[in-house]
Amino acid sequence: MQVTSPVREPLVTGGKTYKDVTNDVSRQVEGKPSVAWLIGLAISVGALLLGFLALAATLWEGIGMWGLNKTVGWAWDITNFVWWVGIGHAGTLISAVLLLFRQKWRTSINRAAEAMTIFAVICAAMFPVIHMGRPWVGAYWALPLPNTFGSLWVNFNSPLLWDVFAISTYFAVSLVFWYIGLIPDFATIRDRATGIRKTIYGALSFGWDGATRTWMRYESVSLILAGLATPLVLSVHTIVSFDFATSVIPGWHTTIFPPYFVAGAIFSGFAMVLTLMIVTRKVFNLQDYITIGHIELMNIVIIITGSIVGIAYITEFFIAWYSGVAAEQYAFVNRMFGPYWWAYWSMMTCNVISPQLFWFKKIRTSIVATFVLSLVVNIGMWFERFVIIVTSLHRDFLPSSWVMFYPTIYDVGVYLFTFGLFFTCFLLFAKFFPVINMAEVKAVLKSSSEKVTK
Amino acid sequence: MKENKKTYWKGLEQLTNDPAFVKNADREFPENLPLHKNGDGGSNRRDFLKMMGFSLAAASLAACEAPVRKAIPYVNKPVDVDPSVPNYYATTYASGGDYASIVVKTREGRPIKIDGNDFSPITGSATNSIIEASVLSLYDKQRLTGPHINGEKVDWAALDADLGAKLRSAGSIKIVTNTLLSPSTDKAIEAFSEAMGDVEVITYDPLSNFGILKASEQYYGKKVLPSYHFDKAKTIVSFGADFLGTWISPIEYARQYSQGRKISKESPEMSRHFQFESNLSLTGANADYRTPIRPSQSGLAVLALYNLLARRGGASTVNAPAIDIANLERAAEELWANRGQSLVVSGSNDPNVQVVIHAINELLGNKGETIDFAKAAHFRKGDDERMIQFVSDLNAGRIGAVIFYNCNPCYDYAGAEELTAGIGKAKVSVATTESRNETCNAVQYLAPDHHYLESWNDYNPKPGEYSLAQPTITPLFDTRQVQESLLRWAGNNTSYYNFIKQNWREGYFTEQDQVSDFDMFWDGCLHNGIYRVEAEVEEVPEAFGDISAAAQAIGRAYSADNQGVELALYTKIGIGSGAQANNPWLQEMPDPISKATWDNYLTVSQKWANDNGLKMQEGGTKKARLTVNGLSIDVPVLVQPGQADGTIGLALGYGRTVAGRVANEVGVNAYPLLDHSKGFVNYDITEGVSVELLSENYRIAQTQTHQTYMGRNFVIQESTLGEYKEDPNAGRYHPEIYKEGKFYKPSKISLWSGHKYSQHHWGLAIDLNSCTGCSACTVACQVENNVAVVGRDEVLNRREMAWIRIDRYYSSPEGATENKELEKAADNPEVTFQPMMCQHCNNAPCETVCPVVATTHSSEGLNQMTYNRCIGTRYCANNCPYKVRRFNWFKYHDNKDFPMNTPQNDDLGKMVLNPDVTVRVRGVMEKCSMCVQRIQAGKLTAKKERRKLQDGEINVACAVACPTEALVFGDMNDPHSKVSNLLKIKENDISANKEVNEERAYHVLEEINVSPNVWYFTKIRNKDKNEA
Repeated sequence: MQVTSPVREPLVTGGKTYKDVTNDVSRQVEGKPSVAWLIGLAISVGALLLGFLALAATLWEGIGMWGLNKTVGWAWDITNFVWWVGIGHAGTLISAVLLLFRQKWRTSINRAAEAMTIFAVICAAMFPVIHMGRPWVGAYWALPLPNTFGSLWVNFNSPLLWDVFAISTYFAVSLVFWYIGLIPDFATIRDRATGIRKTIYGALSFGWDGATRTWMRYESVSLILAGLATPLVLSVHTIVSFDFATSVIPGWHTTIFPPYFVAGAIFSGFAMVLTLMIVTRKVFNLQDYITIGHIELMNIVIIITGSIVGIAYITEFFIAWYSGVAAEQYAFVNRMFGPYWWAYWSMMTCNVISPQLFWFKKIRTSIVATFVLSLVVNIGMWFERFVIIVTSLHRDFLPSSWVMFYPTIYDVGVYLFTFGLFFTCFLLFAKFFPVINMAEVKAVLKSSSEKVTK
Repeated sequence: MKENKKTYWKGLEQLTNDPAFVKNADREFPENLPLHKNGDGGSNRRDFLKMMGFSLAAASLAACEAPVRKAIPYVNKPVDVDPSVPNYYATTYASGGDYASIVVKTREGRPIKIDGNDFSPITGSATNSIIEASVLSLYDKQRLTGPHINGEKVDWAALDADLGAKLRSAGSIKIVTNTLLSPSTDKAIEAFSEAMGDVEVITYDPLSNFGILKASEQYYGKKVLPSYHFDKAKTIVSFGADFLGTWISPIEYARQYSQGRKISKESPEMSRHFQFESNLSLTGANADYRTPIRPSQSGLAVLALYNLLARRGGASTVNAPAIDIANLERAAEELWANRGQSLVVSGSNDPNVQVVIHAINELLGNKGETIDFAKAAHFRKGDDERMIQFVSDLNAGRIGAVIFYNCNPCYDYAGAEELTAGIGKAKVSVATTESRNETCNAVQYLAPDHHYLESWNDYNPKPGEYSLAQPTITPLFDTRQVQESLLRWAGNNTSYYNFIKQNWREGYFTEQDQVSDFDMFWDGCLHNGIYRVEAEVEEVPEAFGDISAAAQAIGRAYSADNQGVELALYTKIGIGSGAQANNPWLQEMPDPISKATWDNYLTVSQKWANDNGLKMQEGGTKKARLTVNGLSIDVPVLVQPGQADGTIGLALGYGRTVAGRVANEVGVNAYPLLDHSKGFVNYDITEGVSVELLSENYRIAQTQTHQTYMGRNFVIQESTLGEYKEDPNAGRYHPEIYKEGKFYKPSKISLWSGHKYSQHHWGLAIDLNSCTGCSACTVACQVENNVAVVGRDEVLNRREMAWIRIDRYYSSPEGATENKELEKAADNPEVTFQPMMCQHCNNAPCETVCPVVATTHSSEGLNQMTYNRCIGTRYCANNCPYKVRRFNWFKYHDNKDFPMNTPQNDDLGKMVLNPDVTVRVRGVMEKCSMCVQRIQAGKLTAKKERRKLQDGEINVACAVACPTEALVFGDMNDPHSKVSNLLKIKENDISANKEVNEERAYHVLEEINVSPNVWYFTKIRNKDKNEA
């Protein structure tokens, strides 16, 4: 399968051998936790606990702890939900779509990206549950479970129900895909480990024996799962966008939402992968595996998706004007010049203008610039969801009900909780799981004609 | 199985085909089961036998039964109290001269809802917000629970023994009261005064109309308050009289007024209404032409109108300083053209101004037409001069004993401070109010009265018009009717019930010849709630005709060009004088104009705000220091479009200090600012007023903060009468949707196949022309449907729970097209009120998005909410284009964090809850159900009686309360129903999208084709041209 070329740039630099790969990656799992990791974990767990206070207060007292009101029924909750789901797009896109497209550079980032996806989807999935008025019943009433309530059943017309299916399917497939990929690496660690660790990693590796037949099955399962996951990458955010697109609210009721949401999701997902990988490669000293070349390629994806998103924004405006519908036109003018103009222009600056800087090679190959811009993009994408949700709702049809939305400390706290959860999970992952797919990286070491064994 | 051809008879009757048997042959039980029998077909209130049973029981029980604190099951079921079957009792609401004949709905012996009494010629089936809410004050835990002497709780015997003797030896006794309308109370006071000797009744009213009484005395020689007939007036001119909101008898006037404002293609005529006022009142908001004037100009404006009319009529004019008031000339012209069919009123309490008003109406020949002295009103008897005299007598120690008869002058009298200081100088002081108030704290004896729903009484609002009040529940506390107390102190031990009955036996019964048996007569009157003597009229006084003295006084007191700030004190329709301020329903009712709750505030003009750099956002404002003749108070400022430049307004009725936990410290008390130095209580302070904007920020809890409808004709459709006469479609907006080369009505394009309603199809027609914005419906809905009170902070968070709200829109400045301009209200805006509730859409956007089918469509066109199933995603509320869905953000019931929600957080307050309506839990969505509990009850009654439902049998709470019949509810499948006729629906149209042929009827947001079952009728203003 591997085509080697003397002219192609190597994907892994520093003349790494197979042994080096195993050592470099396994070292993180086997060694003592570093100080940087411990500090990171302390901060994450701190955020998690602090955020939990807000979450607990919300669950105990009611959704009234947030800043929502009679007109704005969703704000930070669903903004955060869509934002996290969007972030959760990169992992599967990288591992599945790029696998199908035979993009080998994905191998050194797909593991972490998939882990990020899993954790982001967990954070995202939390919101539809906790934003409910009665999560204690809603958490299972929203599922089509057989019940003793007579003919009560879920409403298959409701996009929220579609969400339930979309997110749960996506999460399940992503989790399986990620775990299948982990098995050979767990086996590698098992083989090097002793004592209780050997037992644990032995159990985790499902008795992987490294036989050719096993590898063949591994390859087939990966391909099948990639095939299954690819449509999901497109469907999840399409369905999330239906929450808005199928409604009657001006600013929500637009057919452009599915492609626009998917592009935005990939955009924000890649930005988040960059944020995490730039830190990880530095802390775990993996610069040879996650090279400037990787970063540049991801930045190119960001330019493309960022531009798609920009075109979508402009198209929305054009259509609002072209529709001749007064309420629709007002909704968009209100985004730009209404009381939430700052959110709109933050979004435009962060999402449309800032990624264009990546046209400059110097910027897209600069670690610092990429790191900063990846943060900017995610800020921008948060504002995009805020603009869509809050500025559409706060001034819809009847001016008598027009209100402002002001977040409370509990809105912020619950968001903080998801950050704490996400980074705690990611840090635990980074410490105890191989952050780079050793098996697959070994397969691409030979992209050049150099010798890779010693 | 082989068919058995044998016939078995049930008895000889079957064999002989006895008709009586055959009739019942198919029924399982030949006789009705001994369940509740409601065979007469009428509603319960007509069933006076029940009333009689209850009356006797109540009368006897009231005297001997200890209050029941805990709910206990019946061992022997009382007659007429059937679980889940409501009983209705006719009674009367009267407080400080405000009067309404009402019907009280009781469930399991608890009064839970008040409706108007159809039989009453004065207030009819209408109520207002204060009356609707008054049922809760019965269950106010902060009421006095028994008599007190110097703060010590005692029993009645002790109080009677102590007080009776003291009163006898006190010397001069004064009974201070608000207007009393009760003939038997007068008799009881008479009996008291016979026993005591020197007794005088001093009447004052917190909202005084002494000016009219005094003017009548001067001009007609008789202290009388005429009745007005706004229905007969083609031209109505009001100088600051808020007759639709708070002036004298607003329910009565609103009912009349609306008759002149209802139009149809067949009779496209309506009255024209001019309003000249300082604050934007509810009445001004409904006027066709409204001119903001300063209070200092009002007297001159009235004089100028007199002169304009006198010139036309050839009468002699009076000297008056020149003044230029917009629209006055035109008003004069139209008044003159409609002589005898016009009406001029003024809200001023200045007798001189009212003299000129009398003269104007005299000039116009309105006496006997739109102004009725023969059936003069007794609503206001307050004598400001006498009250001023009393306070000075009190302070001079000339008064032995003072009894404050259900009034609170230590709070609501202009000279409250002086009065409070003087009470100590009387040897004996007594207060009788049912709950502790400012006056109670200043007196020695508290002899608390029953709540009016626990009381017997009779009333005489107008000559020949009588009404009775009967208890609807056994007294909850150890209270006693004041009349009975007075009788007791006078040594008469009759109960007041027997006393009234005796009066009626000797009086009205003997004067009639229809009924020969007194008990029949009495029961009939009790059942109907009213009793009329058509023949009884008062003599119509002749005018003296000379107004030069009044004109001169006006010339001196008023000026055309006062430069100082002027303060116009007013009352809000919800809070009124503040007597019922301790009622959370009223506090949370948004003021129809300002949309503010839980506060009073200084209303300032937009110009003043601009000059002072004040801009309100989301209720956020600053406080200002108001100084009136040396008295300073800090009060938040509210920018009020329509406020006359150079004037400010402030509502009375707030700033209570001894009212209870709901009202205490809400707002500021403006009564001390009133001026009574001229012999009458003056609500217009034109001198010595200054306002200084402070830096202190404040937020006023408003339920609506966006003022205009942004020129959105898909929300408000309005036109003028002239245009309407030419084209009944005037003002209508007909959206069309382009599809495949053609334009279609939105209702013609749908993804849905549409519902079919084979039985009923409930609908509501709302006439924007009739709705005055009075908000009685909002409180009625809150009472009927157990809608939670959320308190000021949650209203600030924009989370009020109202199921029906009145959207109030101001017009934008003329010629505004840009969004930023459209957002601003005009300086003197046109106002539109739009009641907004769940539109019960046939293509409901909420129904499709609920993941758990908690909101569904009924087979009768209703959009239903299943609270049990709701998981609270709020998607339905987001997707509701009308934003009528309300979410339970917190647990509002049984939660000490919501102490203001007394109907759901107070064990006694809970008695007011409607047992037919679920109290919603935290985390579920709620909204207007179109009173589905009433619909079900109505259908059930008809079913039990094996008949079809009659139109009008079922009515929703908002429509019942509405004094102007702006809301009409009914079955749109019934071609003969009122709503079908109004909408001109064709017969046999049972589709969801009914073909409505009434030109004025429209759907709000027709273009999105959610197909509501609520229709609005265009607002038509009687203006020459469209000025908005």
